[in-house]
Amino acid sequence: MSLVSGDSRQSDYPHSRGVVAGVVDPEMPMLTLDDLGVIRSVSEDGGAVTVTITPTYSGCPAVEEMRADIRRALTAAGYEEVQVRTVFSPAWSTDWISDAGRRKLAEAGIAPPGPAPTGPVVLNLAPPAGPSAHVRCPHCGAPATEEISRFGPTACTALRRCPACREPFEHMKEM
Amino acid sequence: MNASHVHTENAYRSLSETTELDDPRWAFGTGIVEEEGAELSSPVPSGVDATDLAAYCLMLGDDALVLQHRLSEWVANAPELEEEVALANIALDLLGQARVLLGRAGHLLGSDEDDLAYLRTENEFRNVRLVEPSDELDFAHCIARLLLFSTWRLALLQRLQQSADPVLAAVAAKGVKEVAYHRDYAVRWTLRLGDGTAHSHERMQAGLVAVWPYYDELFRSTEIECRVGVDPAGLRAEVDDVLDQVLAAATLERPTIPGAFTVGGRAGREGLHTEKLGLVLAELQSIARQHPGATW
Repeated sequence: MSLVSGDSRQSDYPHSRGVVAGVVDPEMPMLTLDDLGVIRSVSEDGGAVTVTITPTYSGCPAVEEMRADIRRALTAAGYEEVQVRTVFSPAWSTDWISDAGRRKLAEAGIAPPGPAPTGPVVLNLAPPAGPSAHVRCPHCGAPATEEISRFGPTACTALRRCPACREPFEHMKEM
Repeated sequence: MNASHVHTENAYRSLSETTELDDPRWAFGTGIVEEEGAELSSPVPSGVDATDLAAYCLMLGDDALVLQHRLSEWVANAPELEEEVALANIALDLLGQARVLLGRAGHLLGSDEDDLAYLRTENEFRNVRLVEPSDELDFAHCIARLLLFSTWRLALLQRLQQSADPVLAAVAAKGVKEVAYHRDYAVRWTLRLGDGTAHSHERMQAGLVAVWPYYDELFRSTEIECRVGVDPAGLRAEVDDVLDQVLAAATLERPTIPGAFTVGGRAGREGLHTEKLGLVLAELQSIARQHPGATW
């Protein structure tokens, strides 16, 4: 429930921003684009709206759907001229996913990402570790889970399994 | 249709919904038009020749485009579902990088990503030859190529983040994050197969032997690369070092096979390719050539 009263038509937060923020991700519909952190800017000039988004991954196939969904939502909200631009820089990071987004992911059975890696890329030559405590099971809450595959059903997730409840689950990869 | 209806409860239903508000879709891709890809039409940095920059974008874009096609051949053919998903995901990342790079080249050349991908002939492609041959759906061969390619491309993209061209810098910054996962995947499988059973070791070693003739070419400098991009010769020490560590940990031997020959000083970057590229392009381009400009 929102505690914000009055309307959101303030100059620094145009109404269109709220419309765009509420559009959901086509592949993870429990998240809004705002939760996912892909909206870079929304600006209004008269009846014209320009939205700038950034893809999560270079080849993310959902970007085209996001663009179409943003256009549909704004048109339905009465905006006649809508432009959706895609920018690649700065590169999206899972650190941009909101706290609300992380909660929604976990509630939907997807383990949210930890902090994105920084610094040089590490060359890991260690044998596969067993269950690791950096990803908690979103089903039973067990603290240590193990990776099945680095690459899951969407570009941004990995597959893991929980040794306690034995359920497999997706984990949003740190990026 | 009202706003509350727009996304629906079901993500998959919205994918098949069409309305009068939708754009017609390209049959062969969605086409990054410049209005959408805001950075693609950035001005050429001062002191950079636009033709050089376009040629360089094609080099890195073609590397990614051709390899993603070879990786995509594993869909419905991988040994396990998880590996199939992984290879398809890696291919998708590379396709995304290729689209931006070809889109940038298209902007500079008065063309577009689709025409560049679908209507150029073999000798107009600028990829290194490593990405061309079929791995014959031999998983160890696939992993060996991915190990070489991703180790090299990661080193390259790390340096390219400093590019004066905003599109190259953006592709590199994003690509580093993606290719780090690709290299990690290839390293894990190299260790598992190389240091696995006698049979898996033999197969992994054979995979390395199959791709090694194309290794030297990765570090061959061309004038264009030195002028507007990263001189690949400068990557050799780092890539050699990473591969030496991986191969040692995997109990594999570094092959001592001479590099594939050049012809008149030409290799992939100058449009000299193996005959295998023609087979890739025949498949990649056939629909676009049979139905020019088709939409669905």
